[in-house]
Amino acid sequence: MSIRHGLLALLERGPRYGSQLRTEFESRTGSTWPLNVGQVYTTLARLERDGLVAPDGEDAAGHTLYAITDTGRAELREWYERPVDRANPPRDELAIKLAMAVGSTGVDIRAVIQSQRHATIRAMQDYTRLKATALAALESGQARERDDVAWLLVLEQLIFQTEAEARWLDHCEARLVRLSLTADRRAAAPEPPQAAADDAPAPTTTDRPRTARTRRA
Amino acid sequence: MSDRHQTRQPVLQLERLVRTHGSGATEVHALRGIDLAVHPGELVAVMGPSGSGKSTLLTLAGGLDTPSSGRVLVEGTDITTASRKQLASLRRRSIGYVFQDYNLIPALTAAENVALPLELDGTSARKARVAALAALAEMNLGVLADRFPDEMSGGQQQRVAIARALVGDRRLVLADEPTGALDSETGESVLGLLRSRCDAGAAGVLVTHEPRFAAWADRVVFLRDGSVVDETLRSHADSLLSGQAGIQ
Repeated sequence: MSIRHGLLALLERGPRYGSQLRTEFESRTGSTWPLNVGQVYTTLARLERDGLVAPDGEDAAGHTLYAITDTGRAELREWYERPVDRANPPRDELAIKLAMAVGSTGVDIRAVIQSQRHATIRAMQDYTRLKATALAALESGQARERDDVAWLLVLEQLIFQTEAEARWLDHCEARLVRLSLTADRRAAAPEPPQAAADDAPAPTTTDRPRTARTRRA
Repeated sequence: MSDRHQTRQPVLQLERLVRTHGSGATEVHALRGIDLAVHPGELVAVMGPSGSGKSTLLTLAGGLDTPSSGRVLVEGTDITTASRKQLASLRRRSIGYVFQDYNLIPALTAAENVALPLELDGTSARKARVAALAALAEMNLGVLADRFPDEMSGGQQQRVAIARALVGDRRLVLADEPTGALDSETGESVLGLLRSRCDAGAAGVLVTHEPRFAAWADRVVFLRDGSVVDETLRSHADSLLSGQAGIQ
């Protein structure tokens, strides 16, 4: 997540001081990625070093104000235009965990999947409830438009992300079940073509000749 | 959330519900002893892979099928031992269905569709229409009252179907993949309506394979091979976003 560019975007609307930037950042993103004031000042110092922001006097209460420079505006515009880099996907603990669980003895991978599904769906329930509240606020017109729309978009991103995870977990489970069935069938019937072809329940009447299908059961 | 409901009688209660199809070698256990209580104000989602028993659960809960053993209590009445006549009347008065393909009657307007269960139950046509219009208005569907199903979008038809499911005193809505035929935005709004009817006191059971729609529920029950393997409760959203839940 780019705090640098987030702060530049806020400063484009006018000079601001450190803790003000923090508050505005959080109200846009619903405190989803909390910032501490230390991070804000460290980032401001780096932005100043790089010539992207410059001190701009003090407000009436004596807070040091920062303003975006022309270089900063150019950097911000470039940030908006450049797609977020997807070439190096961040490490995903869940993907690593399932990759490690495949074939490990003493780990029930379906239990791992279910406990994650539980946690993921539960997080979705929470995001969905927050979204319903945010939507209701927007529709009733009580909302501070800009911040609430921003917060809604962030929430929906969280919902889509957890949804993708839940779908992937369903897929993993189905995939593992299918693979283990195929493996069982292969073990039961060495000549695979007919054996795998038919999913209908095997007939159990005794007057029929035994076929690959009945042998499977 | 659930504390609030504990003191009230559940609208729907399933007790050790078993449904077996066939016998002997071809015996299939569709449900293997399900316990579930749904209270007023509660929306419960049932998820699981196909063949896990989701739809069987719903048809049993609505009295469309009979369990092999166990009980189904709707508003305290055991529908598995009710007479055919009692069951028919209970289905008209207490249970509303929402299906994937809306199932509105094409020759009737939205208001007539919503009024129908009341009329079948003996309410005069005029009173039924008043109640239907009130139900539609309450769900912001008043403008659709005189339209026929083929003059409405899928999302509108499904919203009318929800109004029909909950017209009058009915408090139990059983929804089987209600968003299955809808695009995701429309599906959301249908779920939003279902959610708000439950917030207003109805009890809902939603069968879905879509995590995003299940997430509107207070509780998500996971079925696998006819048994409940897990269920979630909603946690407190605020703690989730204050950083304790590990979002980076």
